[in-house]
Amino acid sequence: MSVLVYVENAEGKFKKSIFEAVSYAKSVAAQLDTSLIAISIGNVAQDELAKLAKYGANKTLNVNTEQLKTFVNQAYASVIAEAAKKENAEVVVLSNSFSGKGLAPRIGVKLEAAVISGAIELPDTTGGQFKVKRSAFSNKAFATVEATSKVKVISLTPNAYQVIEKAGEGNIEDFNAPVDQQDLKAVIKEVVRATDKVSLPDAELVVSAGRGLKGPENWGMIEELASLLGAATACSKPVSDADWRPHSEHVGQTGIAISPNLYIAIGISGAIQHLAGVSSSKVIVVINKDPEAPFFKVADYGIVGDAFEIVPKLIEAVKSLKANA
Amino acid sequence: MKILVCISNVPDTTTKITFNNDNTSFNEGGVQYVLNPYDEIALSRAVELAESNSGTVTVINVGEASTEPTIRKALAVGATDAVRVNAAPRDAYFVAQQIANYAKDKAFDLILTGRESIDYNGAQVAAMLGELLHIPSVSIIKKLNIEGGNAVVEREIEGGKEVLSIPLPIVAGTAEGVAEWKIPNMRGIMSARTKPLNVVEPISVEQLAQIVKFDTPAPRGSVKLIDAAEPEKLIDLLHAEAKVI
Ligand SMILES: Cc1cc2nc3c(=O)[nH]c(=O)nc-3n(C[C@H](O)[C@H](O)[C@H](O)COP(=O)(O)OP(=O)(O)OC[C@H]3O[C@@H](n4cnc5c(N)ncnc54)[C@H](O)[C@@H]3O)c2cc1C
Ligand SMILES: Nc1ncnc2c1ncn2[C@@H]1O[C@H](COP(=O)(O)O)[C@@H](O)[C@H]1O
Repeated sequence: MSVLVYVENAEGKFKKSIFEAVSYAKSVAAQLDTSLIAISIGNVAQDELAKLAKYGANKTLNVNTEQLKTFVNQAYASVIAEAAKKENAEVVVLSNSFSGKGLAPRIGVKLEAAVISGAIELPDTTGGQFKVKRSAFSNKAFATVEATSKVKVISLTPNAYQVIEKAGEGNIEDFNAPVDQQDLKAVIKEVVRATDKVSLPDAELVVSAGRGLKGPENWGMIEELASLLGAATACSKPVSDADWRPHSEHVGQTGIAISPNLYIAIGISGAIQHLAGVSSSKVIVVINKDPEAPFFKVADYGIVGDAFEIVPKLIEAVKSLKANA
Repeated sequence: MKILVCISNVPDTTTKITFNNDNTSFNEGGVQYVLNPYDEIALSRAVELAESNSGTVTVINVGEASTEPTIRKALAVGATDAVRVNAAPRDAYFVAQQIANYAKDKAFDLILTGRESIDYNGAQVAAMLGELLHIPSVSIIKKLNIEGGNAVVEREIEGGKEVLSIPLPIVAGTAEGVAEWKIPNMRGIMSARTKPLNVVEPISVEQLAQIVKFDTPAPRGSVKLIDAAEPEKLIDLLHAEAKVI
C-alpha cells in the first residue's frame, strides 16, 4: 500500500500549493501507516525535485519525456493512474488547481475510485472508514463524504492545509509509463502566464475592488496597495463585465473561488454571489462608504468610509510598517 | 454538427442553505430551482455553434420529473430536443455514467457541461465523461471555437491561459466568457412546449462514495470597526493581531 501525490509544476517549479498537497498526503500516509510517493511529470530539475523529500516524499517518480513535456490532460491522467497501480496506491492526492480539476475525475474513473474534490481537511480514518470534508453549495456549506471504494482520489483546496517540513530522505527514480497516441490529441497553441504577478488562486493575500471605484482609471491605488503587500488583485463581476478589469480577476459564484489568508474588499457591496467565492477567506476586511453594506456582516475588520480617502492612507501605513520591519 | 449539453437543476444562487434529517440531507423546502448558471453559458454557446454550423443541440439532465421546468427552459433558449434520465442524481460519477451510456452510440461532436454545479461544486462530470467515452476533455474553458474538425479552446491556468486545439469529439466544461447568457424570447418559450423531451431509464451504477453529513460554516465574530480617520490602525491590527501581513 502507499499514498501517491501528483506534484504539478509551473515552468519547472513547484508552487506552495504543491508543497501543501505533499504535506497533506504525508499526513494521510502517516494515518494509514504507509509511505508517500510523489509523481512529477514534465521537465523539472533534480534540485527542485529534491525539495519534495523535505515535505515527506519517500520516493519521487520522475516522468521527464519529450512527449509529456507540456500538460496533456488525458496522457497525464493515464500516467498518474499507471503509477498508482504500480505503487499499489490506496489514496491519490492532487492539488485542486485548474489542471488538477481536469485530472482527478479521469484518474478516479480509471481506478474505480471515489473522487473527493476540494477537500479542506484530513480524512477521518478511524476504524477503517474514510471520510473527508469538502466545501459545497458555493462555500455556503461543507459536506463530509464517505468513500467506500478501495482507492480514493482527493483534490486539496489550495491554502486549506499547512506546509509541514519533515526531516527525511527520499530518492528520485525515472518512471516511464507507455503513452497511447490516442491520449496525445490535444495540441497546445499558446500559453500566457503572467510571471511578474501573484496568481489569484494561489495568493495568500488578495486586494479586491468593486463598482464603488467608479472606473478603471482608479485601479492604480488598488494595484499599489496589492503590490506593497505582495497580494494578488481581484474584482467583482460587474467590474470585469464592464472590462474595467480582466475576467481572470473576477471572483464569486460565476468567477473563481478563493480562500486566501486575507481578503480586502474595497467598494464591493457583498452580494451573496460575490461572497460565494470569498467567504472561506481566513480574514476579511471591508472598506465601504455605506455602513449598511451586507459585506460588513461577514467581515472581521471594517472601515466605513470613502475608498478614495482611505486607500492612499493604507498605502502610507503599509510603507511605514515595511520601513520599520 | 451534433452537440450535447449536460444541464443540472440547482438551487437558485440566493438560496439560504439549510439541512434536515440530522444534517444528512439538503432542505428543499421553499427552494427555487434554476438551470445551473454555467450550464446556461454552455447552452448559449452550443446554440450559437449549432446556428453557424447547421447543427443540433440536445440537452440531457439526470433528474426526476421535477426538473422538467428547467429542461423546458433549456429548450426555450434554443435546444433542439431533450433527454431526461429518470433518476435522482446521486453524485457526479452516477451522472457521468448515465450520460456516457446515453451518448456512447450517438456520435456527438461536442459535449458541453458547466465548469461545476453550484450545489455540489464537484467540477467532475466533464472529465469523467471524457474518460468514460475515451475522448479528450478540458475541464474549464473560457473560449470555444470550431475550426474545421477541431475545437479551439482557451483554458484557464493559474495566472494565465492556455490555448489548445483538439480534434473533435471532445467534452468541455464551460465558464464565463464562452458566451453571453441568452434570455429565451416568446417564440422560444412557445416552441419549447412542443419540442421532444424523451425520458429514459437509468442504468445501475456502483456507488463509490456518499455524503454522510453537512455542516454550515461557523458564523464570524462581529466586525471590528476602525475609525475612518485612522485607517493606519487597520494595518497595525492586521499585522499585530490577525498576523496576516
Ligand atoms: C447568477 C448570478 C451570478 C453572479 N455571480 C457573481 C460573481 O461571481 N461575483 C460577483 O462579484 N458578483 C456576481 N453577481 C452579481 C452580484 O449579485 C452583484 O451584483 C455584484 O457582486 C455587485 O458588485 P459590486 O459590489 O462591485 O457593486 P455594487 O453592488 O454596485 O456595490 C458597490 C459598493 O461600493 C460602495 N461604494 C461606492 N462608492 C464608494 C466609495 N467611494 N468608497 C467606498 N465604497 C463605495 C457602495 O456603498 C456599494 O456597497 C452575480 C449575479 C447573479 C444573478
Ligand atoms: N444531474 C445532472 N444532469 C445532467 N448534467 C449534470 C448533472 N449534474 C451535473 N451535470 C453537469 O456537470 C457539470 C459539472 O457538475 P459537477 O461535476 O457536479 O460540478 C454541470 O455544470 C452540468 O453541466
